[in-house]
Amino acid sequence: MANDPIHQFHIQTLFPIEVGGMDFSFTNSSLFMVLTVAATSAFLIFSTSGRGLVPTRLQSISEMAYEFVAGTLRSAAGTEGMRFFPLVFSLFMFVLVANLFGMFPYFFTVTSHIIVTFALAMLVILTVIIYGFMRNGMKFLKLFVPSGVPAALIPLVTLIEVISFLSRPISLSVRLFANMLAGHITLKVFSGFIVSLSAMGAVGIFGSILPLGMTVALTALEFLVAFLQAYVFTVLTCMYLNDAIHPSH
Amino acid sequence: MSSQNGDNKDRTVGSPEAGLSERRAQLNRKLDDIRVVEEKTARKSQSSSSGYAQAMKLSSEFIAGVLVGAGIGWVGDQWFGTSPFGLIVFLLLGFVAGVLNVLRAAGVVEQPDAKVQREKDVQNDRSK
Repeated sequence: MANDPIHQFHIQTLFPIEVGGMDFSFTNSSLFMVLTVAATSAFLIFSTSGRGLVPTRLQSISEMAYEFVAGTLRSAAGTEGMRFFPLVFSLFMFVLVANLFGMFPYFFTVTSHIIVTFALAMLVILTVIIYGFMRNGMKFLKLFVPSGVPAALIPLVTLIEVISFLSRPISLSVRLFANMLAGHITLKVFSGFIVSLSAMGAVGIFGSILPLGMTVALTALEFLVAFLQAYVFTVLTCMYLNDAIHPSH
Repeated sequence: MSSQNGDNKDRTVGSPEAGLSERRAQLNRKLDDIRVVEEKTARKSQSSSSGYAQAMKLSSEFIAGVLVGAGIGWVGDQWFGTSPFGLIVFLLLGFVAGVLNVLRAAGVVEQPDAKVQREKDVQNDRSK
C-alpha cells in the first residue's frame, strides 16, 4: 500500500449522509475543499484586517494576489470584465490553494479529481453563456459564425466552431486535473523507488541517491506547476469571459 | 577591459567631447551585451519550464475536441437512431475542431476576428 501511487487519490467517506437515496457523504475530498476555502478566507481576512497604508508582509501578499488577478483580468477582458473579478479571484485562490495544499504529505489533492475541475470549468462556461445571452441577446451566437467565410462553408464552419466552443470546459478541466494527477503520481513513483532500492543492501542505498535527487527536483517542479496551472485556469477564464462581453465575430 | 579603460582616460584628457561620445558608445555596447545575455537566459528558462506546460496544453485541447465530437455524435445517434453515422460524422468534425483548437492554442491561427476586435477596442478606448 505504501508503494501504490494511486492510493493517495482514494476517496474515503468521513460522515455518511444520504438524502433521498443519493449519496451526499462528507468525504476527505469535501474536507479538503472546506479546508481550502477556510484557509483562504482566514488568510485574506487576517492579512487585510490591519489596512495599513504601509502594508505588512502578509498584507502585501494579499495585495499582490489582488493586483495579479486584477491585472490579468483587465488585460484579457478590459475594464468591463472587472465585474467578474469576485468570481475570477475566488477561482484563482481556490485552485491555487487547493494545488498547494496537495503538496503537503498525506494531504488530499482536491484538483486531482476531474469531477472537481470539471465543475469549476462548467461554472465558468455557464457564466459565459448566460451572461453572453443576457448582454448580447441573439448576437452572442455570432461568436460561432466567423466573418469572411464563403456562404457554402458557413454551416460546416459553424458546426466546427460550436464543437470547439463546447470543448473548452473539457480542455480547461482536463488540463488542470491531468497536471495535478500526473505530477503527484510521478512524485510518488520516484519516492517509491527510493524505498525499493534501499531495501537491496549497500549498493541499493547508494543507488537510491538518484531517485532521491529526482524527487527533490520534482517537488520544486510541482510547486511551479501548482502555481502555473492556477494561473492558466485564470487566464483562460478571463479569455472566455471576454468572449461573453465582446462576441464581435 | 582594463587596457580599454586606460585608452579612454587618455582620450578624455585629450578632448572632452570626443571622450564623452566614445564613453557613451562603449556604455551602449556594454548594455547591448547585457541585454543579449538577459534575453538568452529568459528564453532558455521559458522554453525549459513551459515545454511541459505547452505539451499538456496542446494535448488537452486536441483530446477535448475529439471527445466532444464523439460525444455529440453518440448522443445524436441515441436520440435519432442513426447509428453509426452520427458518430462517424461528428467524430471527424471533432478531429477538425481539435486541430483548430491546437492551432489556436499554438497561435498559428488567429482567434476569429481578433484583429477586428482589437481595432474596435482601440476605438472604444479612444471614444472613452
